[in-house]
Amino acid sequence: MIFNIGRNGRRGHVLPKVGEKVRHTVGDVSMLIPKNMQRKSQLRLPELSEVEAVRHFTRLSEMNYGVDSGLYPLGSCTMKYNPKINELLADLSTINTVHPYQDESTVQGILEILYRLECWLAEITGTYKVCLQPAAGAHGEFLGTLLMRAYHQLNGEYERRNEVIVPDSAHGTNPASAAMAGFNEVVAPSDGDGCVNLAALKAAVSERTAGLMLTNPNTLGIFEKNIEEIARIVHDAGGLLYYDGANLNPILGKARPGDMGFDIVHMNIHKTFGTPHGGGGPGAGPVGVSEELAKFLPVPRIVFDDERYRLDYDEPYSIGKIRSFYGNVAVLLKAYAYILSLGGEGLMEVAEVSVLNANYLMKKLKEIKGLTLPYNSEKPRKHECVFSAKPLKNDTGVSALNIAKRLLDYGLHAPTIYFPLIVDEALMIEPTETFEKEELDRFVEAVRKISEEAYTKPEIVSKAPHNTAVSRLDEVKASHPRTMALSWRMHLKRNRHDL
Amino acid sequence: MVNRLGKNTHPYIPNSLPEVKQEMMQEIGIKSIDELYVDIPEKYRLKKSLNLPEALSEFEVKKHVEALLSKNRTCSDMPVFLGAGCWPHYVPAVVREIVQRGELLTCYTPYQPEIAQGMLQALFEYQSMICELTGMEVTNCSIYDWASALGEAARMAARLTRRSEILIPKIIHPERAATLHVYTEPAGVSVNQIAYDSETGQISLEDLRSKISDKTAAVYIENPSYLGFIETQVDKISKETHEHGALFIVGVDPTSLGILKPPGEYDADIVVGEAQPLGNSMNFGGPLSGIFACRDDLKLIRQMPGRITGMTTTLDGGRQGFCMALQTREQHIRREKATSNICSNEALCAVASAVYMALLGPEGLRELGETIMYKANYAMHLLSKIDGVKVPVFKSAHFKEFTVNFDDSGLSVKEVHEKLLQRRIHGGKDVSKELPELGETALYCVTEIHSREEIERLAAALNEILDGRRR
Repeated sequence: MIFNIGRNGRRGHVLPKVGEKVRHTVGDVSMLIPKNMQRKSQLRLPELSEVEAVRHFTRLSEMNYGVDSGLYPLGSCTMKYNPKINELLADLSTINTVHPYQDESTVQGILEILYRLECWLAEITGTYKVCLQPAAGAHGEFLGTLLMRAYHQLNGEYERRNEVIVPDSAHGTNPASAAMAGFNEVVAPSDGDGCVNLAALKAAVSERTAGLMLTNPNTLGIFEKNIEEIARIVHDAGGLLYYDGANLNPILGKARPGDMGFDIVHMNIHKTFGTPHGGGGPGAGPVGVSEELAKFLPVPRIVFDDERYRLDYDEPYSIGKIRSFYGNVAVLLKAYAYILSLGGEGLMEVAEVSVLNANYLMKKLKEIKGLTLPYNSEKPRKHECVFSAKPLKNDTGVSALNIAKRLLDYGLHAPTIYFPLIVDEALMIEPTETFEKEELDRFVEAVRKISEEAYTKPEIVSKAPHNTAVSRLDEVKASHPRTMALSWRMHLKRNRHDL
Repeated sequence: MVNRLGKNTHPYIPNSLPEVKQEMMQEIGIKSIDELYVDIPEKYRLKKSLNLPEALSEFEVKKHVEALLSKNRTCSDMPVFLGAGCWPHYVPAVVREIVQRGELLTCYTPYQPEIAQGMLQALFEYQSMICELTGMEVTNCSIYDWASALGEAARMAARLTRRSEILIPKIIHPERAATLHVYTEPAGVSVNQIAYDSETGQISLEDLRSKISDKTAAVYIENPSYLGFIETQVDKISKETHEHGALFIVGVDPTSLGILKPPGEYDADIVVGEAQPLGNSMNFGGPLSGIFACRDDLKLIRQMPGRITGMTTTLDGGRQGFCMALQTREQHIRREKATSNICSNEALCAVASAVYMALLGPEGLRELGETIMYKANYAMHLLSKIDGVKVPVFKSAHFKEFTVNFDDSGLSVKEVHEKLLQRRIHGGKDVSKELPELGETALYCVTEIHSREEIERLAAALNEILDGRRR
C-alpha cells in the first residue's frame, strides 16, 4: 500500500520555481486566501521519491494481466490487440497540449481528423451522421435514448411513448440507459434459436413503444436473421430501432446496421477500433443516426466549408450537451490511425477472422465433456459463442466461476461468466481476430484439462486460483457495511486508528 | 484461397495467414468463411467495398497523422491562457511511463481480481488520495468528466431526498449547466439558479434563502467558482442547505485543495470535480476524468454511481487484496434499477492521477496550489495596471482563473483576442455571450507552466494593443 512506503520529506516531483519578483509583487500568497478558506488540516498523502513511485507502480503493473499478456476472451468486450503506434501518435505534443477552446484557426489539424473519422464511422455503420462526443458505450446509449426522447417529444408523442423494448439477452446497460432517459423497460424474450421471438415482439409493441434496443449479432454471438421483420414491427408501431454496437466487430465491411433499418447506432471505439480499455476506460462511444434524427445530436457539430473546419453550435433542435467539449479526442485519434492501418479491406479481414476464430474455438470446445452449447448448437456463431457448464456443475459441482478461476492458473484470462442471463452457468467466449491459432489451441487445451480435473480432482478447480498474485478474494467482505473499506481513511477509521 | 491483404498477413491479424485459415476452416468443416455469414440475409450483405482509404503501413500512418497534427498550434508554440474546465498543467514523465505499461493499459475492468490486483490497487490508491484531498471518505473510480459527474450527483441527490429541484450558482460553466440539464430533465428534476453578489461574485445568501425549500434536493456550488474566485461563505451555505434537508454538493478543481479548505470540512455530502489537471494532458478536451466522492454514510454510498474498488482479504483471510465493491448498485446486476448506466469510465486517467498525487505528495500539492496562485495573481496584478482593462471583475480572492474586462478600452474581447493571436499569444475564453451582464469580459487562466516572461509578454502585448487603440 502506497501509504505505507516512503518517508516524511521525500518528493517525487519538483515544480517550476516562483521567482523573487513574483513573490515580492504578490506578497505572501497565504494572506490572499480568506482565513476561513485556508487548508489547515494536514494532507495525508504518501511522501515518495521518484524512484520509489516508479518501483511501486511498476510492481503493481506486474500484478496485472492485459491483452499484451495473452488471450483475453471476455465475451462482448472485444479484447483485441491495441496497436502501439496509436499510443505513440496520441501522445504527440501536437495533440496533448492543445486546449479545446483554442481559436479554430489553431486547431485545423485535429478538427480535420475528427471530421474525417465521423465520415468513416458513418460509412462503416451505414448511418447519415455521427457524433463523436460520448465517452463510452453506455454514454452513447444514454445519448441514443435521449434522441428517442427528443424525437417523440417533437412529434408530441413522448408522454404516451414511455416504453423501450429490450431483449432478455441484452447487456445490462440497455435497460439502465433507457431508465436514465425516463423510459420503462419491456423485456422481449428470445426464441429457441436465441433470437428475438417475433410473436412476443409483436405482442410487446404498442402505441407506448418508444423504441427497441438490439445487439446484432446478439450476445449469444448469433445474427438476428429476422432483422428485417423486427425493424418493420418496431417502425410500424412508431418506434425507433437502436443498435448496440458492442458486437459490431464481426460485421465490419460485411453488413451495416444503417442498411438494416437501425435509426441510432452506437459504436464502442475501445472494442471494435482497437483502442485500449485501460482497466475500465477511457473509451469512446460515438453515435451514428439517420438523417431524420441528425438535428437532435449534441452541439457542437464539426463542419467543413470547403476551406476551413469549424465548430458549429447553431442547432435549435439539439438535445444540448452530455459532457464537456467534443469527446475523448485522444481515444478517437487512435481509432483514426487504426482505420488507416487497416483500410476497408483490412476491416473486413478483421471481421472475418474474428468470426473464424470464434467458430474454431466453438468447434473445439464442443468436444469437451461437461460443456454444452445452448440455442441451436449447429448454427454458426459470429464473433463469440456462449457455452453452458451446467452439465459439468451437475456432474462434479464445478461451476462456471470455478472454471474461470482455474483458467487464471493456466496463465489465461477467463471468459465473461454468468452472462447472458438466458444461459445457465454461462461461459461467454470472444477470441477476437488478434490472437493466433496456437494461443486459441492453448485455451482449448486448458479448458480440456480443467474438465478432466473437475471429473477427477474437483477441489483443485473449485479452490482455484492457486498460482496468481492472490488467491480467491472475499468479495462479500468488500461490500459488507461493517467491513467495507473503500478508501485508506475509511480503512483506518474502521480499524479505530486515529484519523 | 487468396488473401485479400495480398501476400502478407496483417501485423494485427496473425490468423490472416492463408494456410492457418485453411487449417481452421478444415477443422470447422467449411470451405469458405462466407459460410459463417449465411445467416445474414442476402439483401443486407454489403455488396460494395467500404468507401475508406486504402491501408497504410505504420510509417505512412505516422507520417500522415503527424502532418495533420502539425497544423495545430499548441501551448509550446504560444502561451495559452485558457482554462474553463480543461487546464494546461505539466504531466511528469513518470505518469506517462506508468500508464503506458501494457499490463495496465490493455486490461479490462477488473472482473477477475486475482489477475488484476495491480489495476485494482492503483484505483484504490486513487480513491484514497482523492478522499484525502477532498476530505471525503468514499470516491469512485471516476465518471466521464466533471459535467457528467455533476449530472449523476444531482440525480443521486434527487433519489436520496425524493425531491425534485437542484439549486446551482448563476456563475457556472455553461457546458456543465447544459449537461446537468440533460441529465436531470428525464428524471423530472428541475434546475434553478442562485444569483450572485454583483460586487464580489459570491453567492447571494439572500437569494439562496428565498429559493431553497422543502422541494430542494441539493444545493450545488463550485469552489473555486467558474470565474476563478474563491467562494467564502461555504459554512453558511452548507448550514442553510442542511437545515432544509437538502444535500450539499461541491464542485472542485483538485489543484486548489493543497491550499484551500477541503469540502469535507464544510460538510459537503457529495463532491464532484475534474481530475484532468492531476496528471492528464488536455488532448483537445478529452478524455477528462470526473471526480465523484461522498461521505461515509451507507445511504449515500448505496446510491453512488460507477465502479468502486474496495479493500478486502483473500477468502482464507491470509492476505490483503482488492476487488470491486458494492456491484449490486450497477447496471450489469441491477439493470433498469441501477444507480446509473455507467460501465466504462476513465480508469486509466484515474491511475494517472494516482501516480501524479503520489509524486507530488502533500508538500508538492501545497506548492502546486501556491505556485498557481502566485502566478495567477502576478498576472492579475500586471494586467490591472493597464489602462482600459478591469481585472478582476469581482472583488474576491482568485485562484488560477480570473476575469478581464475590456469595456473601457473600446475593444471587444474578440478584437483583443485576434490582436493577441497575431502576436502569438492565446488569450482567455470569451464569456461575454454567456454572461452578458459582465460586458466584454474574458476568463484567463494561469498555471504553474506559465513563466514570468510569458505573463509579462501578455501584459506588454495587451498594453500595446490598447495603447494603439487609445491613440
